[in-house]
Amino acid sequence: MSNNSNRNIAIQLSGVKKQYRLGQIGGGTLTADLQSWWARVRGKEDPNMRIDQDQRLIGKSFMALNGVDLTIYQGEAIGIIGSNGAGKSTMLKLLSRVTAPTAGEIDIYGRVASMLEVGTGFHGEMTGRENVYLNGAILGMTKAEIDAKMEDIIEFSEVREFIDTPVKRYSSGMYVKLAFSVAAHLDSEIMIMDEVLAVGDMAFQKKCLSKMRDAAKEEGRTVLYVSHNMNTIRQLCDRCVVLDKGKVIFIGDVEDAIEIYLSTADVPQDITIDYKNIPRLQWLKYVNTKIRTLESGYIGKDSVRFVSSEKMRLYIKWINEQNVKDICLRIEILKRDRTPIGTTFLYNFYSGDKNNVSSVECELDISALAKGSYAMTYVFFEIDEFGNTNDIDCVHGLFFEILENNVSGVIWSERNLGNIRFPLINKI
Amino acid sequence: MNDTIATTEKYHTHISSKTKRFSLNLGEVWKYKDLIWLFTKKNFKLIYKQTILGPAWIVLNPLISSLIYMVVFGMIAKMSTDGVPGILFYLSGTAIWTLFSTSLTNNATTFTQNANVFGKVYFPRLTMPISTVISSMIQFGVQMILVLILLTYFAITGQVHPNWLAWLALPFVLIQLGALGLGFGIIISSLTTKYRDLSLLVTFGVQLWMYATPVVYPLSQLGEGTLRTIIMINPVTMPIEVFRYAVLGVGNPNPFFIGISVVVTIIVLLFGISLFNRVEKTFMDTV
Repeated sequence: MSNNSNRNIAIQLSGVKKQYRLGQIGGGTLTADLQSWWARVRGKEDPNMRIDQDQRLIGKSFMALNGVDLTIYQGEAIGIIGSNGAGKSTMLKLLSRVTAPTAGEIDIYGRVASMLEVGTGFHGEMTGRENVYLNGAILGMTKAEIDAKMEDIIEFSEVREFIDTPVKRYSSGMYVKLAFSVAAHLDSEIMIMDEVLAVGDMAFQKKCLSKMRDAAKEEGRTVLYVSHNMNTIRQLCDRCVVLDKGKVIFIGDVEDAIEIYLSTADVPQDITIDYKNIPRLQWLKYVNTKIRTLESGYIGKDSVRFVSSEKMRLYIKWINEQNVKDICLRIEILKRDRTPIGTTFLYNFYSGDKNNVSSVECELDISALAKGSYAMTYVFFEIDEFGNTNDIDCVHGLFFEILENNVSGVIWSERNLGNIRFPLINKI
Repeated sequence: MNDTIATTEKYHTHISSKTKRFSLNLGEVWKYKDLIWLFTKKNFKLIYKQTILGPAWIVLNPLISSLIYMVVFGMIAKMSTDGVPGILFYLSGTAIWTLFSTSLTNNATTFTQNANVFGKVYFPRLTMPISTVISSMIQFGVQMILVLILLTYFAITGQVHPNWLAWLALPFVLIQLGALGLGFGIIISSLTTKYRDLSLLVTFGVQLWMYATPVVYPLSQLGEGTLRTIIMINPVTMPIEVFRYAVLGVGNPNPFFIGISVVVTIIVLLFGISLFNRVEKTFMDTV
């Protein structure tokens, strides 16, 4: 990193700002805009102004990016993190030229393959092969280039048997695999990605990550990756940018960046979750979900703050979508960046018929957890007669904070000491 | 290492908040010529998917309209066709008008209809309208086969006398009509990003425009006077008259009005492309 000055620049942003106007843009119809304009010309009041509208709000704007200076060198795999609304997506949109900056200059040295979404322009009626040609061409490849890579693309996508079938018959997994495969085989010097890896099965996600790592490490391509999943950021990136409120607040080491990001992000303070309006996790499409979680909440608490000597009590309510027998529950405890810390189990606690609504109340021992903020994942599963576990539902659970430890003498630093304080050492 | 430097210099893109007043950006469109062709193929594949008659609709459409015109304008209103057999007159008129009108209407929704694709990936947006015009031209080519069959029959039986030498002008007529439709289409699509009501006006406006153009009646029907001059200033009129003069041996091409029509076409096209290129940069924020 010390010889940055000798390295070739891949992307340079200087003083980049992107402004969005709040509220309505224009009258929406030509006649209304002409009316407003005519009223202004005559010095009259705008007839299309809403009565209750505050005059000062008109023309009020929102800076999605507020003066970003950033230099990215060739062959770097750079992660971009930040809480929602920090400006990550806006930055990627500017770099992939979907929209133009309000102020500032951007220089890009090389062709950009942007994957803000995989399968852009895929059309259901066309076959996999036709879509590869169309999608490849949209992403900037010529027909000859696609021809030359067709075999690799099909091979990587794992959907060879269906390549001449219209993609509307594909499962969503196959669709994503084919789409990613096209994007990954582009002859581009710069790859821009926005959480495309959130879909597809585990094996394929791994394959994609290693493909991107190769792109950066071996082929010398520049990779820009935006994600909320800190684990993939850790695996892929060598540098990380933290955005907050439209500004770059940190560039540098990935671990430092993640820590800074997590300290700027607020912990959700919900003490109950209603799953009715929360979409199910993507990967559940590929499993036989026999129950559906309805809600969860803490019992006897009005905040998400605990001390580690406390017992955590919570309930989970669900409906059976099929008959179930001897189901089990595991609660996975994760760091805020979704790195797993540990898991606790409840075995064979329930059997019931289809459409029954039931709930379970649990008490968790959290005495080993160190100061910090945590997330949970609830996974319901069954164990079949061969001893295999099959997941039957999975949801992101409640968040909580541990405020203090009941040990004195040590200032707990998560980075050095971890998240678990094991029981005291016995002197023997 | 020199290679990488060469490549990166070759693909240097500079994005600035300052936009040039006038830029056509055609070099980049040319780089994406394969995409234009793929869009054209896609247009054809998708229009006739899940229809019983499939591509036969390309000729059935103008044929049915022509039959209706024959009944309404020929038999009921008893309008002249300059001595050309009705079916040939209306069919050739509909075919050449459709070339212009589909180029216009199909392009008028470019931005609003493709917002989901445009919002995710960059490619020169102009590739899409251009492919629409090419599709219209191919469609016209297919319809011309039917016209040629009828023409051969009527020419042999001596009912029409085409000016074969004037056929040399036909490619220019097609290109001009395509360019005019493209120009108007992308101007409207650029404006519909802000003003949605324009798109409702388009279908209606194009219908009216057809009656202001000698499609279902010959120019000679209008006699002399202001109405005729107005219709002749209409930039679509002269290309159609040239077409008619070549194919049917009737029609009144006028060099002065041809000049006006060509100048209007060039202005509309250049203004359209420049407006389109400006809108494409930020339309995602307003659409």
